[in-house]
Amino acid sequence: MNKRKLKESSGTDGECISQVQKVLRERLCHHHAMGKLFGMDQQYKHLLELLKQTAVHGESNSALIIGPRGSGKTALLNRALKDLREMKQVKGNLLEVHLNGLLQTNDKVALKEITRQLHLENVVGDKVFGSFAENLVFLLEALRKGDRTSSCPVLFVLDEFDLFVHHKNQTLLYNLFDISQSAQTPVTVIGLTCRQDILELLEKRVKSRFSHRRIYLMNSFAFKQYLRIFKEQLSLPAEFPDKVFAQKWNSNIQLLSEDRTVQDVLQNLFHYSKDLRSLHFLLMLALSNVTVRHPLITASDLQEASKQYRMDSKANIVHGLTVLEICLIIAMKHLNEVYEGEPFNFQMVYNEFQKFIQRKAHCMYNFEKPVVMKAFEHLLQLELVKPIERPSVYPNCPTDVKQWAASSLSWL
Amino acid sequence: MPILEHPAYPPATLLCLESLVPCRESQVSMLLSIFGERQQLSFPSIFIYGHTSSGKTYVMKTLLNTLQLPHVFVNCVECFTSRLLLEEILIQLQNGSSETKQASPVPCDTFNDFVRLFKQALVSQNLQDQTVYVVLDRAEQLREMEANVLPAFLRLQELTDRNVTVILLSEIVWEMFRPNTGCFEPFILYFPDYSIGHLQKILSQNHPPEYSADFYSAYINILLGVFYMVCRDLKELQHLAALNFSKYCEPVVRREAKERDTRKLWKNIEPHLKKAMQTVYLREISSSQWERLQCEEEPGQIKGLSAHAHVELPYYSKFLLIAAYLASYNPVRTDKRFFLKHHGKIKKTNFMKKHEKTSNHLLGPKPFPLDRLLAILYSIVDNRVAPTANIFSQITSLVTLQLLSVVGNNDQLDGPRYKCTVSLDFIRAIARTVNFDIIKYLYDFL
Repeated sequence: MNKRKLKESSGTDGECISQVQKVLRERLCHHHAMGKLFGMDQQYKHLLELLKQTAVHGESNSALIIGPRGSGKTALLNRALKDLREMKQVKGNLLEVHLNGLLQTNDKVALKEITRQLHLENVVGDKVFGSFAENLVFLLEALRKGDRTSSCPVLFVLDEFDLFVHHKNQTLLYNLFDISQSAQTPVTVIGLTCRQDILELLEKRVKSRFSHRRIYLMNSFAFKQYLRIFKEQLSLPAEFPDKVFAQKWNSNIQLLSEDRTVQDVLQNLFHYSKDLRSLHFLLMLALSNVTVRHPLITASDLQEASKQYRMDSKANIVHGLTVLEICLIIAMKHLNEVYEGEPFNFQMVYNEFQKFIQRKAHCMYNFEKPVVMKAFEHLLQLELVKPIERPSVYPNCPTDVKQWAASSLSWL
Repeated sequence: MPILEHPAYPPATLLCLESLVPCRESQVSMLLSIFGERQQLSFPSIFIYGHTSSGKTYVMKTLLNTLQLPHVFVNCVECFTSRLLLEEILIQLQNGSSETKQASPVPCDTFNDFVRLFKQALVSQNLQDQTVYVVLDRAEQLREMEANVLPAFLRLQELTDRNVTVILLSEIVWEMFRPNTGCFEPFILYFPDYSIGHLQKILSQNHPPEYSADFYSAYINILLGVFYMVCRDLKELQHLAALNFSKYCEPVVRREAKERDTRKLWKNIEPHLKKAMQTVYLREISSSQWERLQCEEEPGQIKGLSAHAHVELPYYSKFLLIAAYLASYNPVRTDKRFFLKHHGKIKKTNFMKKHEKTSNHLLGPKPFPLDRLLAILYSIVDNRVAPTANIFSQITSLVTLQLLSVVGNNDQLDGPRYKCTVSLDFIRAIARTVNFDIIKYLYDFL
């Protein structure tokens, strides 16, 4: 009877643990889709107001959401859109087009994607348009339904906005902002970018049509709030099926957040980067250790995760080199010190190595030159040693021109 | 006591997996815990780095195949453009569950199309509820493709809004990959290099059935003793072990020594291994040539690819080569001192003093014009040399033999420039055959 009881309890634990993993993994990995927002109330209100103006009152607008990577721009926007769609006045009345700078790498592709997302492929059919502007105006005209005097408001979301800036003539941006300024169709353009200097990248005519409305997300929380976020992100929600386990879990999390070692780990991470994405990574790593045998997260899990997260990768690679390769690296370091950073070639490194062998080495065998060359080539392959660029025919070349010359498949 | 445990997979499979990946149990267990159950989400992208032959590709393939997780495996060196890469992923997805390989390539030019087709392929293969793994081997080649390919792959989970994890395998550390404006950071996992104990364990597993395991481990021990300082690459060591084992067994086969006579066996194999380091390890000779050499009774002279034994050159060619060497390694202003009968003293300027340290032999040969070559030639040859076509054609043959090399392009108005590409030992041997003391004429040896 005891065995059966144990089996039952471990059975429910297995189910339970699997449930816990599912809920928390979704929360940590899909934060951009449906995560809670922390420390962004003002920005949220501002954005929601803006979107409501377009959806409900038919005003055109444009805005940029600027913030470093992982600061929650997509999460903010998605949350605002979700709340907007649930509003009574907006239900079903808003058209959305989501573009991403990584996917739509030039304006033609972008236009096709817009057509597809507005479900207007049949309407466009095989028409050939003279210019981008004509095409876009045609699309927006086609959105007028029946006898409505104005069409549905359209919302354009441009993710990785700084990549659209590099398209030829910034045509897409110019046209979108142009339409948002002329009061024909209510259109809102929201761009999300990680570059703080995005406005300098816009051409003058594009910049003048932009409303210069910017929403900044600056990860501006203090450590106390960071700890609170840690607790909230790991706690199980109230709807969790196994209430007893949820209670145990949440009180464990409370204990963890008061534990000194855990606070040190979080403090370390906080000093390195404040954004929530790194915190989520750490929590995912600690969470992956949770199994039936180990049902609650412990402080040592978090410490292990932190160590894993902060490994020095170059040191790891150097750890795996052979003795001969280490000797070559030491020879190169000596050359760097003696000649103060002047470039060197293989013959010089080999000479240094020979000097060491002849004077000081007792246990190193004197290897043949081709064997040493093979070790040197291995270091080149690992990119621990890199050839310098020759000063070339055209000195004082500006760096972006030089880089453009070097790139063969440029999409600039 | 099994090391790998996971509730989602049957213990028999895990035991089988464990036997296939010796010395990599902790990495596999970490990967298992990150992957979680089949339908659970995981990190959107994982970056695995480690040295050559540290088992990254092998472990990944074995793990995904043994547990039968839906995956796509692509090598970025094979599919070196983005179009080839994206099409290959789609083809593998379509062929995943079907037995017959349909080679119907879906045209996919841009990443935009790829995202759409990927979502369609997942639906058609009924893979929406499991995590699909996209493994990109030799991921450092992704940096050479268009700039959006790498960041887009890292975000594939978000862009397609599906349960997919991208795994990148590479030798190069993540810091070299990161684009300028940042990207979605993957989870970084390190596959440590095998220690000498691990190498011993893995190599000893391949022992041929005719001999005992101890005998083979003693052989591996000797092999590692010779090669470990130079090479820790498992594949190379396996190759060397396989090639040289028959030589090691020779004394036992010929009944000159017993299996346990370690000293005799060591004395027999050690010079052989040293020779292997200079030839087979460097791929100077092929493995089949090596095996043939081992079968021969008398040890013949092993000629590698780069052992140019003295190419027999005609008299004037030898002097041309010597003159070319002198022109490459002596600075121009010292020509007066060496080659004129009456020369003045060379004033040592400040410039010279500073650069005294780096000898020209370290920096490599410098290019010189044809006129200078002929001038030096006339001064070092005793009798008069007429500038006939004979001399000029000998220069061209030297270029064909790759003892000289042409510098710059063909349409230079001042005349061709050359560079001497032979080593000091080679030129000394040649100079000795014509009784010419080249050391006296070299600036570095003043």
